[in-house]
Amino acid sequence: MQVAELNQVASQIRRDIVRMVHQCKSGHPGGSLGCADLFTALYFEIMEINTDFKMDGIGEDLFFLSNGHISPVFYSTLARRGFFDVKELGTFRHLNSRLQGHPTTHENLPGVRIASGSLGQGISVAIGAALAKKLNGDDKTVYCLTGDGELQEGQIWEALLFAAAKKVDNLIVTVDWNDAQIDGSTQQVCDLGDLKAKFTAFGFDVLEMKGNVMEEVLFTLTEAKLRTKKGKPVAILMRTQMGFGVDYMMGTHKWHGSAPNDEQLAKALAQLKETLGDY
Amino acid sequence: MSLQNITFTDKKDTRSGFGVGIHEAGKNNPNVVALCADLIGSLKLEKFIEDFPERFVQTGIAEANMIGIAAGLTIGGKIPVATTFANFGTGRVYDQIRQSVAYSNKNVKICCSHAGLTLGEDGATHQILEDIGLMKMLPHMTVVVPCDYNQTRLATKAIIERNGPTYLRFGRPVWPIFTPAEDETFQIGKAQFLSQGTDVTIIACGHMVWQAVEAGKQLEAKGISVELINMHTIKPLDEAAILQSVKKTGCIVTAEEHQQAGGLGESVASVLARHHLAPIEMVAVQDTFGESGTPDQLLEKYGLAPKDIIEKVEKVMQRK
Repeated sequence: MQVAELNQVASQIRRDIVRMVHQCKSGHPGGSLGCADLFTALYFEIMEINTDFKMDGIGEDLFFLSNGHISPVFYSTLARRGFFDVKELGTFRHLNSRLQGHPTTHENLPGVRIASGSLGQGISVAIGAALAKKLNGDDKTVYCLTGDGELQEGQIWEALLFAAAKKVDNLIVTVDWNDAQIDGSTQQVCDLGDLKAKFTAFGFDVLEMKGNVMEEVLFTLTEAKLRTKKGKPVAILMRTQMGFGVDYMMGTHKWHGSAPNDEQLAKALAQLKETLGDY
Repeated sequence: MSLQNITFTDKKDTRSGFGVGIHEAGKNNPNVVALCADLIGSLKLEKFIEDFPERFVQTGIAEANMIGIAAGLTIGGKIPVATTFANFGTGRVYDQIRQSVAYSNKNVKICCSHAGLTLGEDGATHQILEDIGLMKMLPHMTVVVPCDYNQTRLATKAIIERNGPTYLRFGRPVWPIFTPAEDETFQIGKAQFLSQGTDVTIIACGHMVWQAVEAGKQLEAKGISVELINMHTIKPLDEAAILQSVKKTGCIVTAEEHQQAGGLGESVASVLARHHLAPIEMVAVQDTFGESGTPDQLLEKYGLAPKDIIEKVEKVMQRK
């Protein structure tokens, strides 16, 4: 897809996100909006995937969402890509829905391969899947997204140490570096320091990108893929704005986990073009 | 079927039974992958690693990461066997097991040695007595506690052949081997009757099955007819076997190397409470931590010796 088309998809995904969160009066719009461009690029251009979902994903690129609370962007992307009917997005967080508050395999939602929500676990799982690919002689790539506040979890650093030490070089870890978490900025809560130096010191091949500029996302993801299979795991430090695309949600951590009211929804939708038809 | 006929042929540690079992499973099934967090020797993985080096993952001292990697390996169709000491493979990584393994329903085998008091001199930091309870509470999780070397080998192969998240608990000390090397009666989820009796049912798991054999022999010598059940699978629990036995004997003593809270005894008591009220006594650790000592000293001090089983049998029979 061309950049213009991808931006149209991302715009619809952003509409879906605010509508989903609004209808159930809960969920996490901020990080979801910030990552909409990455999800669009991965699922509509970069990853080689089969929408006829098979859990083992043999012969396909795999994606793992470690920061499961941004489930709205994950669900919207999967639905828009054809993993399930977009109408199902309206069931988000409702009783008996496959679209649980945090993603799970428990309800057999196509496209989800692991439960996430309790933070810090996704990179380890992605490493396991990457090792399985190597054992299977499968040359496809494993992607994982983690939040930046999530890097405060100790298991993350166990996983990073392992990935470099064991040369898990079919793995691309992207960090959503929006500097915001529930209790405030990451600097206020527990400063992450020099992330580039940390990932480099741990033995990753590190790239940086502006995660809300589609051209740059495509370029960097393409470059990241080229850097796989060279003995090092790859990390992308992705600078995003929490709430990107909705002016009043940007520049604050307030929209990490709150839903807009009717008036706020209308204001948000006025800024997000309906490109593929609302669900 | 009397307990007098049950004798031991040799003594070996149950973890060595695991080591042989995983090697055989690895030979039979190319999808078996072993993981370990810096305890290869303790888990007896040397032969597996020697013969299948590409299917061994050394994670270093990072158990949380090991559980996550194991969950991920299943996604490519592998059967990961994550190994360490029982304390580090359950309590330390409970949330990782809960979310990435149990809730995600991944075919991960968590196989842990050094469970219970009998690891001995290392003391209470390592002597987990809560792992059965932690694991049995998790939906989807199967919990297996084999009683000797031979059964641990068979159990290892059986859980690997069976789909679903599973916890296999075994231990460090050399212990009597009294079950057969090949045993067609061993099935996950099916209790084994080691003797038929009419006065009391003793239900034990793990190392405590041998303790119960010794206790049962002394009870038989006193003229008490003992029905001894080896409950190697704590979950799913063979409720039918419990009910069939208690309807005959009218009372039960359970025995386990675990806290009373959350253990086998409470699972059995729950069956009785729901289906067939009968007196029950429990031989288990009473809401305390262990300490350094030899296995025999510890079993004696914490009330897990054959004489403690005999005492509880006499007590429970009076309550009938």
